[in-house]
Formats: sequence, structure tokens, C-alpha cells
Amino acid sequence: MSKLQEKLKQLETACTHPRQQLDSYLKAGKKVIGCFPEFTPEELVHASGIIPMGLWGGNITPSLAKSYLPPFACPLMQSNMEFGLKGTYKGLSAAIIPTLCDTLRCMTQDWRFGVTSIPMIPIVYPQNRTAPAAVDYLVDEFETVLTIIATVTGEMMTEQALCDTIQIYNEHNAVMREFAKTANEHLDIITPKVRHYVMKSSYFFEKAEHTAIVKEIIDELNKLSAYQYTGKRILLTGVTCEPDEVLDLFKENDMAVVYDDLMHESQQFRTDTPLHGGGGIKRLALQWMDRYGCSLLHEDGKPRGAMLIKMCKENQVDGVINCMMKFCDPEEYDQPYLEKDLRGAGIPVTDLSIDQQKDSIEQLRTRIEAFREMI
Amino acid sequence: MPDTMNAATATGAAPSKPKRPKAKSMLMLGEQTNDLYERARKAKEAGEKVGWSASIFPQEIAETLGLVVLYPENHSAGIAARHQADPFLQECEGPLGYNNDLCAYAKVNLAYASTLEGKSHVELPDGGKMVKPDFLLLTNNICTQLTKWYENLAYSMKIPVFFIDTCYNPWDHVTESRVRYVRSQIDALIENLCKFTGKKWDEERFKKIMKISQRNSYLWERANNLMDHVPSPLSGFELFNYMSCMVCHRGRESTTAILEQLNKEIEQHLKEGTSTYPVKEQYRVSWDGIACWPYLKHNLHTLKQYGINMVASSYGKAWAIEYEDLDGMARAYCFASTNGDNASTMIHRRLEALKRFHCEGTIYHVNRSCKVMDCQMMEVQRQLAKLAGVPFTAFDGDQADYRNYSEAQFETRIQGLVEIMQENKEKKAEEAK
Repeated sequence: MSKLQEKLKQLETACTHPRQQLDSYLKAGKKVIGCFPEFTPEELVHASGIIPMGLWGGNITPSLAKSYLPPFACPLMQSNMEFGLKGTYKGLSAAIIPTLCDTLRCMTQDWRFGVTSIPMIPIVYPQNRTAPAAVDYLVDEFETVLTIIATVTGEMMTEQALCDTIQIYNEHNAVMREFAKTANEHLDIITPKVRHYVMKSSYFFEKAEHTAIVKEIIDELNKLSAYQYTGKRILLTGVTCEPDEVLDLFKENDMAVVYDDLMHESQQFRTDTPLHGGGGIKRLALQWMDRYGCSLLHEDGKPRGAMLIKMCKENQVDGVINCMMKFCDPEEYDQPYLEKDLRGAGIPVTDLSIDQQKDSIEQLRTRIEAFREMI
Repeated sequence: MPDTMNAATATGAAPSKPKRPKAKSMLMLGEQTNDLYERARKAKEAGEKVGWSASIFPQEIAETLGLVVLYPENHSAGIAARHQADPFLQECEGPLGYNNDLCAYAKVNLAYASTLEGKSHVELPDGGKMVKPDFLLLTNNICTQLTKWYENLAYSMKIPVFFIDTCYNPWDHVTESRVRYVRSQIDALIENLCKFTGKKWDEERFKKIMKISQRNSYLWERANNLMDHVPSPLSGFELFNYMSCMVCHRGRESTTAILEQLNKEIEQHLKEGTSTYPVKEQYRVSWDGIACWPYLKHNLHTLKQYGINMVASSYGKAWAIEYEDLDGMARAYCFASTNGDNASTMIHRRLEALKRFHCEGTIYHVNRSCKVMDCQMMEVQRQLAKLAGVPFTAFDGDQADYRNYSEAQFETRIQGLVEIMQENKEKKAEEAK
């Protein structure tokens, strides 16, 4: 196996066997804190010497979770609740839950009473992000998160550790963005599923460790000559694009993902924390104010469509797939506008209903085939 | 079959009584509502700016500035209750491209707004009395969906949103950092709203409005609390009607007059030993969640068959907001709606109500429109049932979408609840011997 294949396999295995990753960190004497979607302040965990690990559901059929959530709750949260109740996350010192939508608000309470073995740490981000007081408020929220982390784990953060962590995360962001660019020169190797694994695997490694692996992948890719891809180039937007079989359908239909605006993937890497402007905690708060183009952020002017059009132009995109997470109301409010904007700019767009618990992907197959013919 | 079933059937079969004349307070309420829409129409004609507002926005701000403000949630509820929602839902889910998963209040309103703009062509059953707004007033203490709904309205109608982010409370109290953040937004909002509308902030007028608002909160809570008499002087569903005066007119003297009249009427019932509840009150229950407006009549009819009176509700008291200054306003509006509060606050408030109003059961509306009311409620109900020793039943419904309800399911669930409540009654009677 070439070094490139070996590294890609390592990241794939982390995605398909996250429990192994968790156990290896626990075995090494590390503590691990689970981070719910989306935009959890991983840096605070990392700077406390703890491994932050993403909790983004999984392909299971909920049964215990039905005692907490109605059938029309977000499938991601149904899976997370099921895993929590079943003990799949055993070993986590805590779980941080940001309350960015109505279901997440409720999840803080369901978790608090349902999964008592893993303490819940809430984070309530400010949404009036142009209000000057929002920064002070968020600093206070971050400090509360830190206090609870220290209480439940005994681990305390230092200012120096946070400054180092911010650098590590900024470098990781830059490397992931570079990977996204480099991948487009090698769409024969970096298929939609491989790309997804590289992106997703960042949730299962200490960030500097992940940066090192992805750097090696980039180096290996750069040694190869660029591949002239002749299929269709697509952009994904939405929360996530799973289960993995959906990504196989893209490949089967001769489509490559050349850019994404998924919360699960590139949205995590697109906003750096400023290097100046105060102490680490304040700068993390400023990073929140800089985030843009996501349905979970309150923004005037419905800017997401224009942002996607720009991304499409920069990446020679043939069509956009709007990955509509089932029952995700923030996304559902953005959908009519961003799809209209894209069509207005002559960019074909279709939506796929995303449900991690889906046991059949045949409907999606038909939809993807139809879209392929259209573009 | 327990005796109650026979009693219920007998009650149901009784010859119908002549319709009771409307209470004076109800007539005053109707006048107040008509007056609001009339003021909005006149303000538009005079070139003044008119707003639309979230239902738990600090209404006192607009009142102090003398701005006319209308309430989409309240308006959508009215459309749903009059069975006029269908064309709006169809328009929203069809030509406007929205998913049917969304809040039905929002769907009705987005289609209504699109019609006002001339982009859609739904026939407006009220002739367009919900006039096109020039600005929006937003708080997210009810839910986060409101933020997205208002973003879309603002963008579509090219009007500004004045937003107070009240922040979810995962703790049992409102943190001081939230109070500071919200207070600073209130200050900025007042300044910006004055600039936009050309109105001036008058501190003395604000104090007066605040006083009226406090008086109204007191009267509203008092009327609610008088339901603790057994049997209750009112049919609980009637209080839902009066919510409009607290939602839309919290800072107005007309509300004081209505609520004083309502209190008087309730006291009169207590004095005379009468009630507006049309049959003998056999069971007292609490209602959890927004009213199922499209089927209010069916709900009431079914409950009446068993002599069930809804004497407490989880959200009517959200508008009993008490404070003394702008800091207090910030704290109060963060804590007003239990939708914005953690489960222990929810449980505490509901437990208090179950006890105070001598409830024997809870009916929990699994409102398809409202994830924030549903996604933690199973746990809340379980804990509440255990703490209060009171059974609950749940039914599927919707605050405004008539498609999400089954009459048969509601009837079966109520029948089940009655059986448990009856058993409990019998046990209690046995123990008392």
C-alpha cells in the first residue's frame, strides 16, 4: 500500500470505527469530551489537555431515543440520543451541546436527564452578532464552559495553552482548505467518499495529529500529476451528506465533489480565530462574530445564495446539491432563497433529503441520476 | 366501563341549552381587536410606520413610542381557528417553496405577507387587515424558528428587523451576563427604532406604560389564579381568547379595563356559585402546549362529554411579565416563556400549577409545528407525572395546520385519561373512608 493510500485508509478507519479512536485515547490516559453539532468550542477542550471528539450521529435505528424525542426530531439528534442512552459513548468525560436550534435547546435537557453518566455542558451562542455586548456575553459563556470542564475533569486551561491551541486550530483550518484545493487536481483518487472521510476524520483525532496526516496526504498528492477529470463537478451544501452510500451514488454517476458548504465539513474550517484583539477567550468570541453563510447564524439579507454562487464560480461547479437534513427547520428557511438565487445565476440545483437512519437509498439514486442528466 | 362513561354519555345526550350571551369582557375584547386593526389601517394611510412583532417582544417599547404593531402569531392563530389556513399553507408549501415541516404560524404568515406584496394571490379572508409592515420587532424567547421566519420576511419585504436576542436559559436562573447583553440590545434597539420611525423616547411615558403593563400582568395572573376554585368559575378554554389582549396590548389601558371586567365577571360567578363551564365539572386538568386552534371546538366538545375542565395551561401565563425598570425588563423577557427555559424551570412552573389548580391530569398537545415544545416534553411529562402523582395523556395536533390531527385519536386518548383519573378518584375515596 502506498503511503498515500495508507494515510487515507487511516482516516477512513477512524470514521468507520470511531470507538477504536476513543479507546486508544482513553488507553493512553487521555480524557475525551464529546462535541455535539455545530460549532462547539473545541478549542476550550483542547487547551484543557482533553481530546474533543465530534458526535454527529450514525446510521442506526433509534429505539430508546423514542422515549425522549418525537419522530419528527432531527435524525442526527435521534442517533446521538440513542448512542448516549445505549452507552455507546461510554468513556466520555462530558458532552458539550450548543443550543443553535430548537431541537438542540431541548437536547441539552434530554441529555441532562437521560444520559446522566456523561455530564452535559451547554453553550448558548449570541445571535445578535453585531451588538457590541455580544462579545462580552460570549466570553462569559466560554468561561462557564471552562468552569464545568474543570469541575468534571479536574483539568484546567492556561492562557498559553489556549493561545497554542488557537494556532493549532488555525493551522488545521488552513491545511484542510489546502486539501480541498489539492483534492480537485486528483478527483480520480479523492472520490466523494474519500474526500468526506478526510474531512470527517478531523472529529476523531487530536487536531495537530490530524493536521500532520492531512499534510502528508497533500504532499503525496502533489507528487502526482494532475488528473483531468471529465465528469461533473458538484458542490454540496447543508448540514451533512451521509450515509456514505449517498457519496457512492455520486461516483457511480460520474460526479465529483469539488467544494462543500456542509456544516459537518468545510464550514468547520473556513473561519480562523483572529491572532490579535485580546486574550484567547475573547479572540474565540470574535471568531464567532466572523462566521458567515450558515443557516444557524442570524444574518440579514439571506447572503447564502450569493456566497454559494461565488463558490461555484471559483471551483467551476456544474451543479449544487442541497443536502436537506430531514426536519432541520433552519435549513428549511434558507432553502427557497438559496435555490432561487442559484437558479437565477444559471446554476442547476437539486435537493436531497438526508436521513442517517435511511435504510434504502433508492429514492436518492433516482434523484441523483435525474440531476446528473440535467447538468 | 366506569360510571363516568355513562355519566358522560348522559351529559352528551342532554338537550342543548340556548347559546349563552357573550360576556361584556368578551365584547370589549372584540372591540379592542377591531380597534388595533383600524389604527393600523389609519396609520398606514397617514404614512406612519407600522410594525409586525414577535408575541413576547417587550411590547412596552412600541407602546411608549406610540407605534402601531401587529402580531403575526396571533393573526395566524385566528386564521387557523376560523378554518381559513388551507390556501395559505398550500401557497407556502407550493409556489413559495417552503418545506411542510415548518411552523404553521410561519407558513400562514409567509404566504399572507407574500400576498400583501403582490407576489402571491391568496384571497385574504380578512381583506388584508394585517397591513404590510415597515419594520419587524423580534425576540427569540419563544423559539429559534422566529429568527429565521423574520429574516425571511425582512429580506422579502426589504424592511429592517429590530432584534433582541434573549438567549436560551440552560440554568434555573437568568445569568447576569444575559441581563447585560439583553439590556444593551434594548438600549440600542430603542435608539435605532427612534431613528427609523422618527419617534422620540419619553421616559415619563415609558414609566406610565410600564405601570399599566404591570397592572395588566397582575390582573391577568389574578384572573388565571381564580380558576383555582372548585368548581372553576370559567371554562378554561375561554381564557385562551383573552390572551390576545396580553400579547398585543399589554401596555394599554383598554386591556386594564377588559381584565378588570373579566375579574369582576369571575368574582360574580364565584359569588353566585355559577360557572361558564357548561356541564358539571367532573375532572380538572392542565393543558400543556399551544391550543390546537383548528380543532378547538372538537377538543372542547370531547372534554365536555366527560366533564373535563381545563383549569390551567402551560403558556397563558407567559405574558404575566413583571419588572420595574429596563434591567428588570431584560431579565423578565429572558425568562417569560418556558420555551426559553430549561426543563427544571418548566417542571417547577407546571408542578406549581398542577397543585394550585387541583389538577387531576394533564393533556399534552404534541404540536407538530413546535419542536421546542415537543423535543423535551416527554421527559418533562414523565417527571411531572411522578412528582405530582397526576397522569398525563398526549395527542398529536398542530397549532394551525389542520392536517396534523385525528379526532379519533384525541377521543381515545381522552377516554384513556378519564379511566385513570376515575381510578385515582376511587382510590382516594377508598382511602378517605
